[in-house]
Amino acid sequence: MLTALLALGVLAALIGLVLGYAAIRFHVDSDPVVEQIDKLLPQTQCGQCTYAGCRPYAEAIAAGEADINQCPPGGEATINALADLLGRDPKPLNPEHGEHSEKTVVIIDEQVCIGCTLCIQACPVDAIVGAAKQMHTVIRDECTGCDLCIPPCPVECIHIVPLQPRIGNWVWPQPGEQDDRQVVHG
Amino acid sequence: MAESARSFTRPAAQPFRQLHRFHGGLKLPGHREITAATPIRQAPMPAQLVLPLQQHIGEPAECLVQPGDTVYRGQPIARQVGDISAGLHAPTSGTVLAIEDRPVAHPSGLQAACIIIETDGEDRGGKTATRVDYHDLPLDELCDRIRAAGIVGLGGAGFPTQVKLGCNARPVKLLIINAVECEPYIACDNRLVQERAAEVIEGVRILQYIVQPTECIIAIEDGMSAAESALRAELARGNDTGISLTRVPEIYPSGGERQLIKVLTGEEVPSQGFPADIGMICQNVGTTAAVYNAVIKQQPLVSRIVTVTGEGVAQPQNIEALIGTPVSQLIAAAGGYNAHVDRLLIGGPMMGYAVANDDIPVTKTMNCILAVTRDEMPAPPPAEPCIRCSKCTDACPADLLPQQLYWYTRSSNLDAAQDYNLFDCIECGCCAYVCPSHIPLVQYYRHAKAEIWTREQQTRASDFARQRHEARLERLERIKQERAARMAKKKQALAGEDDSGASKKAAIQAALDRVKRKKEQSHATTKNTENLTAEQQQLIDAADKRRRESSTQSADD
Repeated sequence: MLTALLALGVLAALIGLVLGYAAIRFHVDSDPVVEQIDKLLPQTQCGQCTYAGCRPYAEAIAAGEADINQCPPGGEATINALADLLGRDPKPLNPEHGEHSEKTVVIIDEQVCIGCTLCIQACPVDAIVGAAKQMHTVIRDECTGCDLCIPPCPVECIHIVPLQPRIGNWVWPQPGEQDDRQVVHG
Repeated sequence: MAESARSFTRPAAQPFRQLHRFHGGLKLPGHREITAATPIRQAPMPAQLVLPLQQHIGEPAECLVQPGDTVYRGQPIARQVGDISAGLHAPTSGTVLAIEDRPVAHPSGLQAACIIIETDGEDRGGKTATRVDYHDLPLDELCDRIRAAGIVGLGGAGFPTQVKLGCNARPVKLLIINAVECEPYIACDNRLVQERAAEVIEGVRILQYIVQPTECIIAIEDGMSAAESALRAELARGNDTGISLTRVPEIYPSGGERQLIKVLTGEEVPSQGFPADIGMICQNVGTTAAVYNAVIKQQPLVSRIVTVTGEGVAQPQNIEALIGTPVSQLIAAAGGYNAHVDRLLIGGPMMGYAVANDDIPVTKTMNCILAVTRDEMPAPPPAEPCIRCSKCTDACPADLLPQQLYWYTRSSNLDAAQDYNLFDCIECGCCAYVCPSHIPLVQYYRHAKAEIWTREQQTRASDFARQRHEARLERLERIKQERAARMAKKKQALAGEDDSGASKKAAIQAALDRVKRKKEQSHATTKNTENLTAEQQQLIDAADKRRRESSTQSADD
């Protein structure tokens, strides 16, 4: 009886030590769920979800403060992916936060720009180049289409343009979608 | 409809090599005799050449010329970017008109960046190269010549040749020269071998010299007897024992790289791997001839042979055209369209795609222009539901499960499609050909592949945006902290003095003293003050006194 208790006690102490060591040795600083959620978000950093960016929104979802249907740029695909990750039911996008639309970018009308730098300060991903009283321009490949630069512009020289279809980003249409150039099968 | 060719008999003239059989495949009506017997014709010089910057797999080339520049034949006009890319050369002499977007041969019908050259008809070349013996050249120099010539796989895929050769990075046990032109209608390689066997064989010897394979095989299809005898004659003349010629049975798609390797060796290229992974290199014969031109004649790749065929053109034939020649001119060279022409395809009937018009340029990878009539190739009937007959599985030369891929793609379950090795699909079209429900299966796979690539691109873009955003937050935080630190320092400095007003007053006083001193110095140098009378001196002293009094007064104000 005593031997058994002793043996179990020693075993428990040993395992406790190993677990305790492992908890320190393999300590993860950030919450892996937040990381995983953040990975699924489109990183537009637009703030339409009412949070200051994608990561704060991810943290809010992980903490149970925000719902998974608040991201208009991600749309249905992001909601489904989040539902899949978190084991919840997908739900339609909350219209309070906006509507899903295809990705756009902004361009600055350089003739009108007065070089006030307000848009540069608004851009969450540093995609606008310029200096005070110098012409500003948008790096198209780095623009996430968050449109945060539009409200601060005092001369309304920033315009939203849809991404031009190029050969590099063209996708074969799924059969059944309207397309007159059908692939030919001998 | 052709039968799925399950069994095959080994060709009679194959005493040495045991051939193997790849899974599936089809016996298709060839239609190659239409053009295989007529000699290659030179296309007339077009007035304008349109050269897309991307004619290969990999990064688009970077333009080296400006509108208005004069170019000579063979002048590099765009250079390769990164490792997997290929440069471009002016196909003839002329003037660069513009660098702009033009319609190109692509299923989307979209435009792409092109260099437009107005030809001057003189066809001036650069310096003429002296012919050399390639054995005298160092390996690096040989590879450089191939790279500088902008050679890509001319069989259709357009993979940069120097990358494939790997320039002796890995030991190669087998070099395969692919003359198996398995897709119906296409006969450009067949004609090339018949007419220029010497160039092809010399090119093979150069490749052999570069990669040093244990064995070298030229693979040719059963029906190509004229080409075979031309090659045999050339091999006999050169007394080559290191190069063997093998006939493979006519089964579509035995000209596919993986399928040909399976037929010749029985080995399989690993899933999503390359032939180099199992010590093999496969090169198209057209590419071999281009290597000969690049190394021996030092001519870059500026032209190719295109099969212009189908019942929709008046005189189907193989035409050698400069890269950038409009397709409409090749059709005109082949006698123009017939009255009943229905569709224009780029590539063969199995893997090609329809284009809306013929105002597109010939590219390095364009092996066939096919103008078909409605009788010849009727529009596919409407697709019906899949009946799970599994004919597609039997026909698949990549040994995949086309039906499963179809279901997963239709339900947008692309991860599952990838698990079923979607990316091993070579888009040969066998599955769709045999499908009794006429389901355009290949288009589903092409859609799924493109969709997966797009997702990957988006993931990369969003990762990048995250990095940029985090870097920005970090910077803002740093600036904030720096500002706070500066403020604190200043405050501390100000708090360090007992009376903040005293130092200010002292500074003002010091400034005033400085001014005073300066003034006094300037007074000391007053002129005409020698030999003054006592009366004059008195007046001056009085004035000086007044001045001093007024200046001290204003200072006190």
